[in-house]
Amino acid sequence: MARAVVTVPPRAKRGEIVEIKTLAQHTMETGFRRTQTGDLIPRDIIRTFACTYNGVEVCRVELHPAIAANPLIAFTTVATESGALKFEWAGDNGYSVTEIAPIKVE
Amino acid sequence: MTTRRQFLIVSAALAAPAAARAQLDPNLAANRKAAFQAALKRIVGDTKVARGRVKLTLPPLIDNGNSVPLSVSVESPMTEADHVKAIHVLTEKNPLPDVITFALGPRAGRASFATRVRLADTQTVTAIAQMSDGSFWSDGAEVVVTLSACLEEGLI
Repeated sequence: MARAVVTVPPRAKRGEIVEIKTLAQHTMETGFRRTQTGDLIPRDIIRTFACTYNGVEVCRVELHPAIAANPLIAFTTVATESGALKFEWAGDNGYSVTEIAPIKVE
Repeated sequence: MTTRRQFLIVSAALAAPAAARAQLDPNLAANRKAAFQAALKRIVGDTKVARGRVKLTLPPLIDNGNSVPLSVSVESPMTEADHVKAIHVLTEKNPLPDVITFALGPRAGRASFATRVRLADTQTVTAIAQMSDGSFWSDGAEVVVTLSACLEEGLI
């Protein structure tokens, strides 16, 4: 079961820069490791991550095998209006997870 | 019934391809250097990369290369006219030079992010920021890795 956790402050002042932390559950298999019999373990990673704030893109991230298992991505955004932040992860073998977090701007 | 001789022949035949595949490329260092240069060229093209404005934070001594906290921040007002378009992180000695590409805009508020990476060897990690005016700025961090990532099975 694919899971993801996001941390967004529930309320913020208008114009304030808020910190966002995201964590997705994924092994991030590099494709460079071998089994004991010498066979390569196929790559299985999250390739992209994107965050949108009420439909406006905040950031778009390309991940490579050099990102550790259970990728953590922490970044910031400006609290402009009340609404929702949408987080989307996509990767190999049809991996796709979407999380939505509400934010209240005063 | 399997004789001792037959068993030895079969087991040798099974082991040989695995051993051949497990050989390391003798040109590993040169190939990695070329891959790093190619990745750099793909990002910046022929533009000159200046030092400064970028701050790459990594622990100088890493016990376990499988999960290394990395953060990058760039000095920028992050306005519509002057902002950071993307931050790229590259390594010299990982099997692939690319680590992460972080594309952002004025809505990010601050040009900074944090993540956790894998490092295969003692090396220099490079962060490159692409500005909205087309200029590139970079910072490097030298790290010592005592236990490498990718080596759990004894091979890269």
